[in-house]
Amino acid sequence: MRQEILEILTELRPDVEFENEKKLIDDGILDSFDIVSLVGELNDAFDVSINVEDLLPENFNCVEAMVELIENLQEEE
Amino acid sequence: MQRNILEYLEDSCRLFPDKVVFADDKAEVTYDRFVRQSRYVGAYLLEKVLNGKKGGPVAVFIDRSIQSLTGFFGAVYAGCFYVPVDRQMPAARIGLILDTLKPEVIVGQEKDRKILEELGREDKLLLEGKVFEDAGDLSLSGEQETLLADVRKSSLDTDPLYTIFTSGSTGVPKGVLVSHRSVIDLADSFAREFSLSDQCVFGNQAPFDFDVSVKDIYSTIKNGATMYVIPKVMFSFPAKLITYMNEKRINTIIWAVSALRIIENLNAFTGELPGYLRTAMFSGEVMHNKVLNYWRRYLPDVNYVNLYGPTEITCNCTFYKVDRSFADEEVLPIGTAFLNSGVFLLDGDRLVEERNVPGEICVRGSSLALGYYNNPEKTSESFCQNPLNQAYPERIYRTGDIGKVNEMGELVFLSRKDDQIKHMGHRIELGEVEAAANSLDFIDAAVCIYDKGEGKIVMFYQAGEACDKEVLKAMGKKLPKYMFPNRLCHFGKLPLNKNNKIDRTYLRENYISKPAI
Repeated sequence: MRQEILEILTELRPDVEFENEKKLIDDGILDSFDIVSLVGELNDAFDVSINVEDLLPENFNCVEAMVELIENLQEEE
Repeated sequence: MQRNILEYLEDSCRLFPDKVVFADDKAEVTYDRFVRQSRYVGAYLLEKVLNGKKGGPVAVFIDRSIQSLTGFFGAVYAGCFYVPVDRQMPAARIGLILDTLKPEVIVGQEKDRKILEELGREDKLLLEGKVFEDAGDLSLSGEQETLLADVRKSSLDTDPLYTIFTSGSTGVPKGVLVSHRSVIDLADSFAREFSLSDQCVFGNQAPFDFDVSVKDIYSTIKNGATMYVIPKVMFSFPAKLITYMNEKRINTIIWAVSALRIIENLNAFTGELPGYLRTAMFSGEVMHNKVLNYWRRYLPDVNYVNLYGPTEITCNCTFYKVDRSFADEEVLPIGTAFLNSGVFLLDGDRLVEERNVPGEICVRGSSLALGYYNNPEKTSESFCQNPLNQAYPERIYRTGDIGKVNEMGELVFLSRKDDQIKHMGHRIELGEVEAAANSLDFIDAAVCIYDKGEGKIVMFYQAGEACDKEVLKAMGKKLPKYMFPNRLCHFGKLPLNKNNKIDRTYLRENYISKPAI
């Protein structure tokens, strides 16, 4: 899953090294348009629905946080 | 007779001295304090910086803080016009803007020094902090009072108030220069047409270098209202945004269409709703009814207004108060002209009077910008003599937008007549993106096409081998992020047409998805 998320991110923003970034949101690397695209892609790829309550900066600051978010959502279903 | 926008500020200050005028996530300022701060900056500029050179540009490095606004109004008190410059833009683009302006002073912070050194303009940097170093209680000396009074006495409503830079097709941004008169017209029209008052609490979304924010700032000071600068990150995480709007009791928003679309895209109204919201106005690009219907479903009692107009006619020249229902696939009209704004359609030099016949949307009246700063060629191209008037000089602005008048007498936007696009709320000349790409030494040639269906800038480039990552990284040094191509297609050799030009038609037909409508 981690690899798949990395691929989605890299396709979205080829100019960013996602492996090393831990503050994607806090440092303003991903903006609101990136988040909108990313949420759509993640929902489709992992068959989850990221709700407005899940949309928190801490869930998107790094790849690990996104993995955790998706895993939690998949368990709920 | 009002000549200067500062009269709005001072009138409201007399009525509501202790009311908060502007607030951001860290600070807030009352009318009284804001006026005193701005006057202090104005006097400082006149006395210590400008050496008698009044009336020129004051560049202000901006972010989402209310300090930026003190810089703007300080410049106006000094009889200058302000130019917002986003400090997060690449140095190369800031350089192009400063080359056009040649400002006597650049208001900024210590962190801006590096970029200005790179551009060889660090001698013009005035630190915000330094201005207020010995400010004490912000009181002014007798001489300073006289300096400010003299500036005001000689000010005209035709004097410039601000310059906002917008994408230019040759790769150099154009500075749209707007007068006090145009903004006074705008603020008066908005107050009358949309019943704005001192009860308004504005939630500012648009950055200060984007003219959508002009409506927030001047509607606030004209009506004695309050404006909250909403932190940018909240538009990625709308639950926080809505909580914030309710905390601050925001009842009026004038946002870019793209900001309303984010709410719909993220299905943000399934949790808390913005309970105080009464009026939602939007502009910047076409509002699709699919997005608006989402808002109307959750917030049926809000007044929605579709606003239309380019920066060159001071924000907006037409408005449509949404007064009936629309199916998702229907087109939302841009409505009718504001009072004291003339809007008409031209086919070449002929007036289009028939219904449902397309023509170029043209504008006349006090709302017209003074021109593009230091750019007479572009100015005379876009601001030209009204072809319907042979009798005396009368300027009109040709928007480059194609529109028609529908059966109900409402104006409807149809398309652009050139390569200018609206992408993520920003106005972009594809030529500027191409110019940046073609300046890279490791690619041979590049063209850009806008994929409307997908909402993506697609760039086709010719190079020895595919190098998407390098291309984007290098372009990031020249262009703001919203101008980045969203999809890159590498070619060993780009297809050419009969005239040996890159075959855009072929590329469009073979690589771009067909729009749904």
